[in-house]
Amino acid sequence: MLWTIVSFIKAAIIQSIPLLFGSTGEIITEKSGNLNLGIPGIMYVGGISGIIGGYIYEHSVLTANPVLCVLISFISSLLGSALMSLIYAFLTQSLKANQNVTGLALTTFGVGVGNFFGGSLLKLFNESGSISLLTTGSAYKAVLPFAHKTGIFGELFLSYGFLAYLAIVISILASIILNKTRVGLNLRAVGESPATADAAGINVIKYKYLSILIGGMTAGLGGLFFVMDYTAGAWTNNGFGDRGWLAIAIVIFALWKPKNAILSSFIFGGLYIVCVYIPGLSSAAKEIIKMLPYLVTIIVLIFISTKNKRENQPPASLGLSYFREER
Amino acid sequence: MKNFITNARKTSFHISKRSKSALPTWKAWTIRIVSVIISLVVCSLIIVLLTGQNPLEVYSAMIKGSFGSERKFLVLIQNTAILLGISLAVTPAFKMKFWNLGAEGQVLIGGLCCMVLMFKIGDKLPNSVLIITMLISSILGGIAWGLIPAIFKAKWNTNESLFTLMMNYIAIQLVSFAIMVWVPSGSSVMGLVNASSRAGWLPDLFGKKYIINIITVAVLTAVMYVYLKYSKHGYEISVVGESENTAKYIGINVKKVILRTMIFSGALCGLVGFLLVAGTNHTISKELAGGNGFTAIMVSWLAKFNPITMVLTSFLIAFLQKGAGEIATSFNLNTSIAEILTGIIIFFIIGSEFFINYEIKKTKKEAD
Amino acid sequence: MAVPAIELKNITKKFGCIIANNNINLTVNKGEILALLGENGSGKTTLMNIISGIYFPDGGQIFINGKETVIRSPKDSFDCKIGMIHQHFKLVDVFNAAENIILGLDDGKYNLKEATNLIKKICIQYGFDIDPEKKIYDMSVSEKQTVEIIKVLYRGADILILDEPTAVLTPQETQKLFAVLRNMRNDGKSIIIITHKLHEVLSISDKVAVLRKGEYIGTIETKDANESILTEMMVGKKITLNIDRTEPKDTADRLCVKSVSLINRNGVKVLDNIDFTAKSGEILGIAGIAGSGQKELLESIAGLQNVDSGDILYLNPKTGNNESLKGKTPVQIHQLGVRLSFVPEDRLGMGLVGNMDIVDNMMLRSYKKGKSVFLERKDPRKLAHKVIDSLEVATPGASTPVRRLSGGNVQKILVGREIEASPTVLMAAYPVRGLDINSSYMIYNLLNEQKEKGVAVIFVGEDLDVLLDLCDRILVLCGGKVTGILDARKTTKEEIGILMTGKKLKTDDNANGGE
Repeated sequence: MLWTIVSFIKAAIIQSIPLLFGSTGEIITEKSGNLNLGIPGIMYVGGISGIIGGYIYEHSVLTANPVLCVLISFISSLLGSALMSLIYAFLTQSLKANQNVTGLALTTFGVGVGNFFGGSLLKLFNESGSISLLTTGSAYKAVLPFAHKTGIFGELFLSYGFLAYLAIVISILASIILNKTRVGLNLRAVGESPATADAAGINVIKYKYLSILIGGMTAGLGGLFFVMDYTAGAWTNNGFGDRGWLAIAIVIFALWKPKNAILSSFIFGGLYIVCVYIPGLSSAAKEIIKMLPYLVTIIVLIFISTKNKRENQPPASLGLSYFREER
Repeated sequence: MKNFITNARKTSFHISKRSKSALPTWKAWTIRIVSVIISLVVCSLIIVLLTGQNPLEVYSAMIKGSFGSERKFLVLIQNTAILLGISLAVTPAFKMKFWNLGAEGQVLIGGLCCMVLMFKIGDKLPNSVLIITMLISSILGGIAWGLIPAIFKAKWNTNESLFTLMMNYIAIQLVSFAIMVWVPSGSSVMGLVNASSRAGWLPDLFGKKYIINIITVAVLTAVMYVYLKYSKHGYEISVVGESENTAKYIGINVKKVILRTMIFSGALCGLVGFLLVAGTNHTISKELAGGNGFTAIMVSWLAKFNPITMVLTSFLIAFLQKGAGEIATSFNLNTSIAEILTGIIIFFIIGSEFFINYEIKKTKKEAD
Repeated sequence: MAVPAIELKNITKKFGCIIANNNINLTVNKGEILALLGENGSGKTTLMNIISGIYFPDGGQIFINGKETVIRSPKDSFDCKIGMIHQHFKLVDVFNAAENIILGLDDGKYNLKEATNLIKKICIQYGFDIDPEKKIYDMSVSEKQTVEIIKVLYRGADILILDEPTAVLTPQETQKLFAVLRNMRNDGKSIIIITHKLHEVLSISDKVAVLRKGEYIGTIETKDANESILTEMMVGKKITLNIDRTEPKDTADRLCVKSVSLINRNGVKVLDNIDFTAKSGEILGIAGIAGSGQKELLESIAGLQNVDSGDILYLNPKTGNNESLKGKTPVQIHQLGVRLSFVPEDRLGMGLVGNMDIVDNMMLRSYKKGKSVFLERKDPRKLAHKVIDSLEVATPGASTPVRRLSGGNVQKILVGREIEASPTVLMAAYPVRGLDINSSYMIYNLLNEQKEKGVAVIFVGEDLDVLLDLCDRILVLCGGKVTGILDARKTTKEEIGILMTGKKLKTDDNANGGE
């Protein structure tokens, strides 16, 4: 029983990591006043770019060096999600396009890119079979040597690949930067009232671009974690599923605070897999239990909207594009 | 004092909004058409990169794949009709600035509702009665899925885009549940329902499939055009969408309009779900709407909520998806290339709106 | 002669086909207060937005301390030590005062505590009274303005621009502000104060520059100026307001507001025990500092706000019945047979829909007529043409979206529509704001015509001269309370001014004039 609980918690933590990357990235983006509905697409691209980078490297050398595997796939994942974010930023900031429509188009595009390369990468290299990056995958999953020897503590806290810890570090860092630094103050001002920030001499467009870019790259790592750590270097089309949308929902659950996103992601991660840990469920009943994260999101949404606390509201200019000469 | 604000550049670009001097319509359309052409060129470049084929051949393969035979053409028109139908359904809500991202789920639940009847009592009712009850249950299902978020929006201003988004997944899980219950083998794929009796199948008109779907959507297009432009409801939707303050000032009950419009919107999505199950697929899966619920949002937006323009935008996207699918099959690639191309085209069209709504001026500065 | 702190040469700025600034020249020296004078819409704010980097000029040069400078962004403007205090405060509501003050600075480490201490020092130096840790959304208007001024001083600005700083202040707060400004001048700072209030110009400034309809008229020393010279420069020719005011005839009580109170969403009592009666055949003016409850009062009458206590009675001239409007929606009020027209302050945000054409805007109030589910556009089209012709609206046609029209024409469409509904009560909030003189007079005449027809007109205005010459009675609001109802023919600007600040008149002779 104890070990069931431990393995449930562990599974919930693993499930929560992509959500945490995604929601932290979306919070960073939303804090600048941009509602990026393209995050699910960016996460797909973050995953597949890592796969492509890792595949090309593993493919071109005889014995792959694990450190280089990680480095190359990590960088190519960041590049992929950065490019996606730039498309969103260019369209919404420079060309003032509607954020919702651009975001949805980006998600369509990103999921397409992910599934297309996931399904065709091997064919493009004249190979058959399915993608499986053994060296890269195990490098991402590597844990401290003594992790499994320290009992429950080790299982619960030490038995994850480095990306899991990176996710938590990034959310704490984001929280500190947003609340304790000048850059964070400026960024929050841009999201609350771009006209005020502009008048205060803050380069609004630069801040928005950067937060979209950094937020997107953070979210992309969620996709990378999924393909490298969770599925150990393998790609299945649509395998990442709807986690991107859940990440956006967690932003609301976390009240736009990266620190809260850690616990929120854990809760959602738990709900996501709880059906596996409830004994004696029929496969049909499991499908009903799988509704839980979505139902909880809806309940939280309603709950927040009935409260009217000033500090818990979304950034005031969320979803609006800023144009200085508006008159 | 620092002294860097002198004339560094001789000319610079300066952007301003065209508020008082809008572009003439023909110029705006030229910009849109040019952007579509450029996007098609970009798409073909990508295809060429991936397949190494001559782009003209690729496009001719796309055209052949879409228009090559009567059946292929009929499928293209049917795909257009479904996308157009969902686009029309989401339009009234969008015009009201109600961000309904739940069309996917509303269609799915509509499909599920009529599938229940088709599967359970398909052999107990005369076909015409069965089809009518299926239609009604689909519409009711769609209404429920649209109305629930609308009630909370009206009451507490609950964020509708996330609410409707989550409703999609609840619908998906319900469908998965139903399939698990109905298909005991655990294969989780539902085959054709009533394949021999064809109970609950929409009849072929003029000896062809899909004709009823196409006619229904064509009628719907006209109805929606008239509804939005000439009816009092349509007028109220425009006012609420433009300014809630104005709506209050002239005594429009904003909450009532939100609820009414979402009932209408949900009902139409449910209707499309019915068409998909009874007229097209005769089965159900999680992929019933196939992402069209999201694509429809873009179709509606790109057409500026005009149902007639939507015919064009939905045809363009349906053609692209069909054509890209053909390429993928013939070059043994993944069909997701269709989504990539759709994304690219939409990027170009939404980007082109900038050049219609803003003007870029050169500001000249004499150097000292 | 010393090099001027800031000098503008031939500054030009266009918005579409409207010339907001045409060849403007301006010079301010160190230790000098310049008043920039002009009517609403004369281009003052545009000009100052150019200096502060919000707008980029289409032509002309700016010299700072004798050196030609291009100001492309607010940051460039800061770097020239220019600080602007906007009319609409540019503050982030969920931040506190200190966070707002240091926003956008990039000198060294982020240290809120140190900043708070420095702010306290500035407060002591100039006599400000503010808590640096108070959130902006908890602050009064005058506190917010103080934050704006400290923000500029904190950045070490040498050139301060204040855009109509007194519009939202009580006279006491104004005097305090002026004292601070004089201190700053003595410190060697250059100050530009934008205003259209002549007595303020004369009391605070060293010289006065005048703009009129985007043109630069000239600069004179304040010591050589007086009200009539300045008025002449400002409006072109010497004008006494020539509004034909007739004696009210056959007046009868039409609208009776009884002890109405309203508490807004933030829990502030915005209307406090309001009592008055509007009569047919007369114009009742409402005066008060901006935000004294004018908007809420009109909206309560129109059925847009639910009052918390008291009653609003309409005395129907046809039936002789008293109808209570309390708690009714605009539609219910209309169904009672109450012909109430309302020209709201926010024209394009409330009275009209900017993206709809003139015809569709004409039917905003009447589209529900008839049982058909379809719209009937024939009559609205006729009405649109009638309004366009009779009010000389400059528009390419009746199917032009109203947002493409100029402010004056937008207002004509709105007022035209409301008057064509043949009201018995007509409420207009700031109907001439932003309009040129000709359009303003057209509106005054329309209101007078309505009065002569026996309509009860309620006019909310900001220009006291207009209120005195147009209205029959003037109700003065202060902080949501009625501080007096005066006979417009007998009272003076000074008396209204005293009531606007919430003080009582010494002699009560006139306080109930006309009642």
